Amino acid sequence: MKALLQVVTSSVGKKILMGVSGVLLVAFITVHMLGNLQIFLGEHALNGYAHFLKISPELLWGFRLAMLGIVAVHVLVALALTLENRGARPVAYAREKSAASYASRTMIVGGLVVVVFAIYHLLHFTAHTTNPEFDTLLDAGGQPDVYRMVLEGFSNGWVSLFYVLGVALLSWHLSHGVSSMCQSLGLRNRRSAWLIDRAAVGFALVVFAGMAAVPAAVYFKLIA
Amino acid sequence: MELNGNVPSGPLAQKWSEYIRHSKLVNPANKRKFEIIVVGTGLAGSSAAATLAELGYKVKAYCYHDSPRRAHSVAAQGGINAAKNYQNDGDSVYRLFYDTVKGGDFRARESNVHRLAEVSVSIIDQCAAQGVPFAREYGGTLANRSFGGAQVSRTFYARGQTGQQLLLGAYQALSRQIGLGAVQMFNRHEMLDLIVVNGHAKGIVTRNLATGEIKAHTADAVVLATGGYGNCWNLSTYGRQSNATAIWRAHKKGALFANPCYAQIHPTCIPRSGDYQSKLTLMSESLRNDGRVWVPKRREDCGKHPNDIPEADRDYYLERKYPSFGNLAPRDISSRAAKEACDDGRGVGPGGRGVYLDFSEAIQRLGQHKVEERYGNLFDIYKEITGEDAYRVPMRIYPAIHYTMGGLWVDYGLMSNLPGLFVLGEANFSDHGANRLGASALMQGLSDGYFVIPNTINNYLAAQKEKRPAADSAESAQAVADVQAGIKKLLGINGRRTVSDFHKELGNLLWEKCGMARDKDGLEQALREIPRIREAFWRDAKVTGEGEDLNQALEKAGRVADFLELAELICQDALHREESCGGHFRSEYQTEDGEALRQDDKFAYVAAWEFKGVGAPPVLHKEMLNYEEVKLATRSYK
Amino acid sequence: MNVKLKVWRQASGQQSGGFEEYEAKELNPNMSFLEMLDEVNEELIQAGKEPITFEHDCREGICGSCSLMIGGEPHGPEYRVASCQTYMRSFKDGDVITIEPFRSKAFPVLKDLVVDRSAFDRIIQAGGFISVSTGSAPDANSIPVPKVSADLSMDAAACIGCGACVASCKNGAAMLFASAKAAHLNLLPQGQAEKDRRVLAIVETMDAQGFGSCSNTYACESACPKGITVDFIAKLNRDYALASVRTKLLGAAA
Repeated sequence: MKALLQVVTSSVGKKILMGVSGVLLVAFITVHMLGNLQIFLGEHALNGYAHFLKISPELLWGFRLAMLGIVAVHVLVALALTLENRGARPVAYAREKSAASYASRTMIVGGLVVVVFAIYHLLHFTAHTTNPEFDTLLDAGGQPDVYRMVLEGFSNGWVSLFYVLGVALLSWHLSHGVSSMCQSLGLRNRRSAWLIDRAAVGFALVVFAGMAAVPAAVYFKLIA
Repeated sequence: MELNGNVPSGPLAQKWSEYIRHSKLVNPANKRKFEIIVVGTGLAGSSAAATLAELGYKVKAYCYHDSPRRAHSVAAQGGINAAKNYQNDGDSVYRLFYDTVKGGDFRARESNVHRLAEVSVSIIDQCAAQGVPFAREYGGTLANRSFGGAQVSRTFYARGQTGQQLLLGAYQALSRQIGLGAVQMFNRHEMLDLIVVNGHAKGIVTRNLATGEIKAHTADAVVLATGGYGNCWNLSTYGRQSNATAIWRAHKKGALFANPCYAQIHPTCIPRSGDYQSKLTLMSESLRNDGRVWVPKRREDCGKHPNDIPEADRDYYLERKYPSFGNLAPRDISSRAAKEACDDGRGVGPGGRGVYLDFSEAIQRLGQHKVEERYGNLFDIYKEITGEDAYRVPMRIYPAIHYTMGGLWVDYGLMSNLPGLFVLGEANFSDHGANRLGASALMQGLSDGYFVIPNTINNYLAAQKEKRPAADSAESAQAVADVQAGIKKLLGINGRRTVSDFHKELGNLLWEKCGMARDKDGLEQALREIPRIREAFWRDAKVTGEGEDLNQALEKAGRVADFLELAELICQDALHREESCGGHFRSEYQTEDGEALRQDDKFAYVAAWEFKGVGAPPVLHKEMLNYEEVKLATRSYK
Repeated sequence: MNVKLKVWRQASGQQSGGFEEYEAKELNPNMSFLEMLDEVNEELIQAGKEPITFEHDCREGICGSCSLMIGGEPHGPEYRVASCQTYMRSFKDGDVITIEPFRSKAFPVLKDLVVDRSAFDRIIQAGGFISVSTGSAPDANSIPVPKVSADLSMDAAACIGCGACVASCKNGAAMLFASAKAAHLNLLPQGQAEKDRRVLAIVETMDAQGFGSCSNTYACESACPKGITVDFIAKLNRDYALASVRTKLLGAAA
């Protein structure tokens, strides 16, 4: 146990934790996006999928807790690293030209805003705290009508805009994060870097397109 | 007094094993009772400190850099020789030995050189095991190249950074011992005096360069591995911090200084571009394989753009003077020829101290692509420094001081005439005679440190009854007081001229009068000038700041003050040696075709000088060079 | 040409520092940046003032002593050179050049532009070596080293230990330095026996010295005068993960 603690509290160990939790979050985002896109297949497909997800409360809550844990690791380790790293450069330069990309230098800020967005998202569509009326939306079978909930949720232009911005930030985070996670796990090198870096940006763009498509489509009444 | 090198008897090839066989040993339990001071952490110092610590001695190591890894061994490019004969091309210990003795113009101690050649094979094994990334063949075996005109390929290399990689190997070995607590490392500590007790070297006085603290450190033996003194000439290929202070102050405490006039001048360096110049950068000699050296035939053409000077008006002087060797004439010959051309007023570039190294013919013959392939990185370095494109305009080169073969006198066991004082690497005089072959400096430094000193220092220590003195003994206290007084004196001059200014003046004088070519008149003139500069220094130098903190002006002042004394000895040695040999060329002693003319009947000895006071004539001691195996011959370049 | 310098002056680590302005006049563009500083110092000394303290030695880009933040970039604007290989022709007449020491918690300022980089030495002392005492080595050709490994190892070993990677890193991390040393030795057959031990010791010491961790911004790679790549950092991460699993979790003796 002590040995394990030593590993995960070391600088490289923390980066590996960031990488591993990053991989799991990327997997989650991919599945989440594919789920969302089922809205374009129609009401039945989306509601059926939503129903399927909730078929076993044990599995559902197990999954939710696991996700919470992964997010907690990703965020808390990131915060710890940020604090340590600020301490490691106590005096700033009067003049500095950094060769580092903007995305790479704003991971923590972007990441924290994404967390705020995710909390709002949960309060909005999962807990319905922001919109208690969603509780009453039921389909013909008496199950929650996710399809209508999404349509109503995104009928508000400001909400849709906020989602698009949130997703944009997430993509910004991923555009460096996916490549960075490969580096932290030791999977990136000179030859693969070209592909990995482009794949990361490509993935980020796909996530943006896939995620933003839903509020956009609803707002512009492409789905009714 | 005739000096005894304490060379073991017996056949040359068996001397080293005989020596080891008869050595007195220190048993493992007693080794930790002995403390050894190692000053300098270049190849010789790091390897010695690491190895002595591995054996169980308590080692204290000192360097003036912020880290032991920065010693100037790091800058050696070409490679390291070893008689491995991996290429099956007829190399052997004997051949490496003979090449080195001959290359040194028969002025080295035969037995030392043979040992160097013997040990060379173990150095490569040791370094490969340490993880030195030597160049490899596809089969995984070590690659070799030929170097310095040798007829065999015996040079091992790690790209163009062999010195760096070998130093890192030694530094890592040293670091391992520091980590284990076997070596106590003192970074940013400069040795300013030697503590001598009853005629034995028993400690040093250092200045902590970060805090200014002056302190005595005592031990059972002192090992100096502090490098050469080429910065006496100011401009050189040495690091700017390289200095003679450690060996010079040991000399002032009684250690003999041998052959100080033997300095090597490398022909292909980038010339100085102005008065501000702080160092000269070496360009690989391999350039002369395809470049043609020339100057204008007429003085008035020197200011012209080189490409505007027609073929008929160019003097390819090396090809003219040495038709058989041409542009590949040996280092000393081509260096002197460049100097003669410039002295004749036909030098090119700033100050008229440069000659052209022209690749236009090679580019025409081979195509630019091929030239780029062979020398691309050197052309890049040249461009980086001069801003000129050598594919379009000829390079300008000029010789520069590069290595000093002279140094503190040591016997076969690398102990100086002061018992307990050992001297390794470039700091001693022993293995290269009057001229050093390429790729041999790295070999000697590591040989001394890894394999020689660990097998010779025991001979001294085992016989040692005296205990090391306390750090506050009377001798230590006196040495500390002397050092403090010296620093106070420097800070108190408060004159008008900067220390660098004096260093430049001394360097120029030495370069002119005791550089590539020397003669009686010039040396006598220098011997009149040097005391004048020294006197002016102590009257008019300006040393700013205080003694109690990081003060680079003070550091430099102390080093230049020592150069001002050493320079006089260099000239005295050069004046006394009425012959030409290797790096020492006396114009009066040359053959009809301008080659060095040795006087074996008069000067086949090591000239070891004893200090008698600043400005007082030093006393000469001779160690006769008895060649048992080799017949003295004239080096020929025909 | 003439330039104006804004130079960080600090009498000692205990005292606070600040910028002083100097004029460097009538410069030759072929001067190296350090020679320009030499000239400024000559004038300061003649005026009875303390010269600017900066570290330097070989002046040919190999010893790693020089360590200046020139105009906001470690070693100045030129690509893949040390401060000593930066020449005045890289600047324009009238430029204002800010010169600062390398900044990192692990590199405390000693005076002016000189910082204490001995934390690097301590990383090497912890694990940057192959444990082979003199005399115990087998014949050099008895262990073949594939040429690709030797070449890659040499790429890593080219590090001069100047600290530009740390200086350029917003986290003051030493990952490029540490990973280059680990890779240099781990890539060779001779380095395998203590590979896991080496990696763990290097990382542990690096953390203890106060260096930050890697945010994969790769600023270090751009700053490195020797072109050391961040591939070695990825390799260190990988080697560390494997070493941790093998020795710390499975308890294998390696």
